[in-house]
Amino acid sequence: MIEFLQQPWPWYVAGPLIGLTVPALLILGNKSFGISSSLRHICASCLPANIPFFKYNWRKEVWNLFFVFGIFVGGIITSVLLTGSDPVAVHPALAEELEGYGITDYNNLVPTQLMNWDALFTLRGLLMMVGGGFLVGFGTRYAGGCTSGHSIMGIANLQLPSLIATVCFMIGGFLMANVLLPIILSL
Amino acid sequence: MQQNNTTKDDLEIRSLDTMCVNESKLEHRWYHNLKYLLLGIFFGIVFTKAEVISWFRIQEMFRLQSFHMYGIIGSAIFVAMISIWLIKKFNIKTIYGEEIVFHKKEFNKGQIYGGLIFGFGWAVTGACPGPLFAQIGTGATAVVVTLLSAIAGTWVYGYFREKLPH
Repeated sequence: MIEFLQQPWPWYVAGPLIGLTVPALLILGNKSFGISSSLRHICASCLPANIPFFKYNWRKEVWNLFFVFGIFVGGIITSVLLTGSDPVAVHPALAEELEGYGITDYNNLVPTQLMNWDALFTLRGLLMMVGGGFLVGFGTRYAGGCTSGHSIMGIANLQLPSLIATVCFMIGGFLMANVLLPIILSL
Repeated sequence: MQQNNTTKDDLEIRSLDTMCVNESKLEHRWYHNLKYLLLGIFFGIVFTKAEVISWFRIQEMFRLQSFHMYGIIGSAIFVAMISIWLIKKFNIKTIYGEEIVFHKKEFNKGQIYGGLIFGFGWAVTGACPGPLFAQIGTGATAVVVTLLSAIAGTWVYGYFREKLPH
């Protein structure tokens, strides 16, 4: 059991568990699964600045902040108690490509050679962490949701706009990973 | 009349973002939210154990080198779809006995433009909003910067929202 818990879980275990979060939230309190809204609630609670988009009763949505705080705690629990010592396994072609950019450390799920405090002061790190984060926050809100709200909750509820959004997520991702990211990584 | 206007504005914002206004009419003490904390913890563990929060896994997905992420997203959608179908078919209520409400999402061009922009960010950071929180939990503290920048991005969207094509 412990051994199973320490290995990375296969998709057919994790995917259905993630899918079950949708009915769990609905049955626990009529909540639609969606994580990027938490960023909006943080804006509304900390810096509403009289912007109509942030003027709503965020306290009613505070469940969402409890939920994302839980995700953070889940990350701590997993890394402290449930992680084996094996490095992350990646596809050989990816490893070869990344080696060309000097990325060789697979001991973390996050490539610590790219995302660390010192990297913030390099152009590459700045673009990836600050630039990338900005695109995530701006894009999800512009699209009205992210992978949880659109790709899982929306498609599962047969919403065509969510399918369109998801197709665009993927197009953007393919373009970035294959065309633009190599340029950023070689900076 | 004033009241009507507020409701209308609410609905307008909601058509862009159905996650903003939740459907529950019930008021609860704050500790009722602890159940969402527990669910979040469970969810964060699954995310991390399945390496959904891994930058490397996201790169493999967008290079078509691994089925892992497609399997996770696909099976999650499938299970969620069956669940929603069952909830509707058997008219399952919440634990408080409330009717479970779903609502339609309206199409607007934001889903295309915003979707592409988010896709760019997803492939660079290797994270969508949920994994950002879990990544920080695993000790990658510098991801705090990415999260703060994502919050800033959301704020800037809110600021320019009226001027953007939807």
